[in-house]
Amino acid sequence: MSATIPARSTQTGPDMQEALRGGTLSGGRKAKNHVASGLMVLAFLAAAIPLVVMGASVVSQGYRAVLSGSWWTQPIPETGRSDLANNQNLSDLGFGTPSDAGASSSVVLGMAPAIVGTLLTVLGAAALAIPLGIMGAVYLHEYGKNNWLAKFIRFMADVMTGVPSVVMGVFIYTIWVLPRGVDGKSAWAAALALACLMLPIVVRSTEEMLRLVPDNLREASAALGTHTWKTTVKVVLPAAIAGITSGSLLAVARAAGETAPVVFVIGFVTTVNASFSGANTTLSAQIYGQQQAGGVLAQDLAWGAALTLVIIVLALTLIARRISRRFELS
Amino acid sequence: MLLVLALILVTMIRQAWPAWSELGASYFFGTEWIPSQGKYGILPLVYGTLVVSLIALVFAVPISIGISLFVTEVAPEWLRRPVVTTVDLLAAVPSVVFGLWAFYNLLPGFQAVFNNIASAVSSIPVLNVVFGPSTGSSFMSAGLILALMITPIITSVTREVFLTVPENDKSGALALGATRWEMIRGVVFPHSFGGMTGAVMLGLGRAMGETVAVALVIGAVPQISLNLFGVGETMPAQIFRQLSEAGSTLRSALIGLGVVLLVLTILVNISARRAVVAVDRRFKGAP
Amino acid sequence: MTTYDHNDDTQTTTDSTAAAISGEAVTMPMQLAPPSAGIDSAERQGNAVEPESLPKVFNLEELQVYYGSHHAVRDVSMAVCANQITAFIGPSGCGKTTVLRCFNRMNDLIAGARVEGLLAYHGVDLYSAEVNPVEVRRRIGMVFQKPNPFPKSIYENVAYGPRIAGIKKKSELDDIVERSLVQAALWEEVKNRLKASALGMSGGQQQRLCIARAVAVSPEVILMDEPCSALDPIATSRIEDLMLELKSEFTIVIVTHNMQQAARVSDVTAFYSTEVNPDGDLRTGLLVEMAPTVDIFSNPSDELTEQYISGRFG
Repeated sequence: MSATIPARSTQTGPDMQEALRGGTLSGGRKAKNHVASGLMVLAFLAAAIPLVVMGASVVSQGYRAVLSGSWWTQPIPETGRSDLANNQNLSDLGFGTPSDAGASSSVVLGMAPAIVGTLLTVLGAAALAIPLGIMGAVYLHEYGKNNWLAKFIRFMADVMTGVPSVVMGVFIYTIWVLPRGVDGKSAWAAALALACLMLPIVVRSTEEMLRLVPDNLREASAALGTHTWKTTVKVVLPAAIAGITSGSLLAVARAAGETAPVVFVIGFVTTVNASFSGANTTLSAQIYGQQQAGGVLAQDLAWGAALTLVIIVLALTLIARRISRRFELS
Repeated sequence: MLLVLALILVTMIRQAWPAWSELGASYFFGTEWIPSQGKYGILPLVYGTLVVSLIALVFAVPISIGISLFVTEVAPEWLRRPVVTTVDLLAAVPSVVFGLWAFYNLLPGFQAVFNNIASAVSSIPVLNVVFGPSTGSSFMSAGLILALMITPIITSVTREVFLTVPENDKSGALALGATRWEMIRGVVFPHSFGGMTGAVMLGLGRAMGETVAVALVIGAVPQISLNLFGVGETMPAQIFRQLSEAGSTLRSALIGLGVVLLVLTILVNISARRAVVAVDRRFKGAP
Repeated sequence: MTTYDHNDDTQTTTDSTAAAISGEAVTMPMQLAPPSAGIDSAERQGNAVEPESLPKVFNLEELQVYYGSHHAVRDVSMAVCANQITAFIGPSGCGKTTVLRCFNRMNDLIAGARVEGLLAYHGVDLYSAEVNPVEVRRRIGMVFQKPNPFPKSIYENVAYGPRIAGIKKKSELDDIVERSLVQAALWEEVKNRLKASALGMSGGQQQRLCIARAVAVSPEVILMDEPCSALDPIATSRIEDLMLELKSEFTIVIVTHNMQQAARVSDVTAFYSTEVNPDGDLRTGLLVEMAPTVDIFSNPSDELTEQYISGRFG
């Protein structure tokens, strides 16, 4: 009956001991298994090592600027300003010394306009996209369910998630900046572009969260004769609020890091502009701009802006993860 | 939202129309993009975009699948969360920071490595064309950075897919005396084929649209060159660089480029979804 | 029928099963057991060799299983003899599946699972450091609760095990596939569609395919974890019939929720139960008694066993 596969059962004691060590398991199979596991670890290292190295270089090259008080409060130096020799770097200008000489030295400079601009555009985008996105998701999950319109919107949201951010920038540029000329470039235009990017993310993540709300909550409320919209507002949304917040924060974090759609719709300033109208700047635009400007000082400014941006994005991401983990537990 | 997408297409096409009607076929099939000479052939940019994206996939796909398998099948329980968090952190880093880091800290090293490879293969036909001399900025540099940037998205999708492989099926293979790797090949991969295809396409879509990091390390020279270590340019990078200060014809041509990019990425994304559905049907709906 | 006539349901179930079996036994291409096997459990047990005279395949002494800090099963000592069907019965959570999964080290795959005590296979401690679990599982196959064919063709399902074991020749694989499918009483039904997807088969066919797949690597032992719980009565009786045929060549250990099934097929029955831990609501399973099936069902020595089989708890 069993002619082909070796060694059945008759061994005992030491023979079996030997066999169970893997006697019939060929070296090739074992080796392949080990090689495969080893490659998986290597794959992880291939992603993790660059992350660590990048983190280290951003921190080491950016911390001096970020630790200084003037970085957060002072205007950006204009490139080519005569009193800033090109070969000066930030520490020559007194940044990062214990006395915080940046503020007291003759040159006062910082990144405040970009920080304000980033907050402004991101808040504007959030104010546009989050309520709209939540309303869209509520429609999809509580009303539309699986009708053709809901399916179509869902499909479009998925497709829109895949639209490159630079294309969103071009779109806002065509509908907002072009008709208005130079005046069109503003924090508002950037906020519009970022809102377009955030919207599909918010819709999809919110819908996902609404799906997690157990149906018996809805039924309990409906059984009391409550309207669907009231059930949604009073029961469903509060139950899902942690997940929705976390999803929205992640979308905000992504928007804060975006550069491509911002650069050509926001213009350029070196002083704080706390208004939605008029040219503005963001951290991401500054990183790119300073890198393009070249020079030692500009390079230091770019690294400082990079670290600032990473801190903001990371903080948002970690808060979002913390919230979502708590949501998972409850 | 659908209004937004329709609006995007309509308004952009309207703005792009002057360039298209003026340049006609030479826009879509021209092999030279030299705005200063009035040459607006987009092929070099399309070529650059595809080459860079494919390089990124070649590196990112095996790495992502490796990480996903590690997290779902191999790593001990306590290690799984930290690994996932690390990869997620990679996704949180803004694109421009990748670009800045690559420009200042990687390009010099890339240049040295690329030139070493180039001189090593300089007498081998074909290879000496593909791996030619380098100045650091290149298709390959951009592809490598992109690989790092799209690894998180491919990893997270493939990880989700691997998690849906029934424990029961995996036990079935192991109970037959399969090693872990044999189980992965025999059960996990066949189960996940559709999802993996979708993840790759999603990564491709992401890579094609990625802008700033590529713009900083590719060299900004629109050309169709087989030398992967040579300079090039992609569609999003060109739009990004030029749109702010563009005069009317260039602006129209760039907006047209945006339309082409949009259509390409939408096609890739839709076919990603199609691929998933089709393959799943083949496996689950057998007669 | 006299062995378990204290349970009225059993009578009718067994009768219909016996009819189903006798109807199908004729079509079995390969009749390994005597034709009467499977019809009358009393007669079968009469034929069974006295356990003491058979070689011991497994020997367990004071086996303990922990999941993290939870003591899942305690103090299991037993012997499993060659070419017998040993059934594990007991209420849910009593640890019978847990013990079964120790036999081929499938519990290794559960994070935090830990085994203490002795689990010897032909005198070799399966949990000693040198033992390779992959090699163990090649010799000790398993059939699962839910049929789990791979998403491949019928042929590829059966050929999977031999293939990974290094058999590459097409003719050899063809032989193994045919032989295994014959052994699993599936050949006649599928021989013309070996290339068709295994997922298109009925649940009962899928489970027999899984048995064929396990048999194809010529294991010595086949562990079955409630193999019929997802099947209808007709498919169930075919699997039971199959087990009786397979036992001439394999040692079978089966976990079942269905006491009639244990009574119908097994030579020896082990009854497990649970005790509530003083420190929490997690339960610990333990082996209450193990004896020839005839004795367990007619004359259990433990009061708990009697209560369970007469349906008073569990």
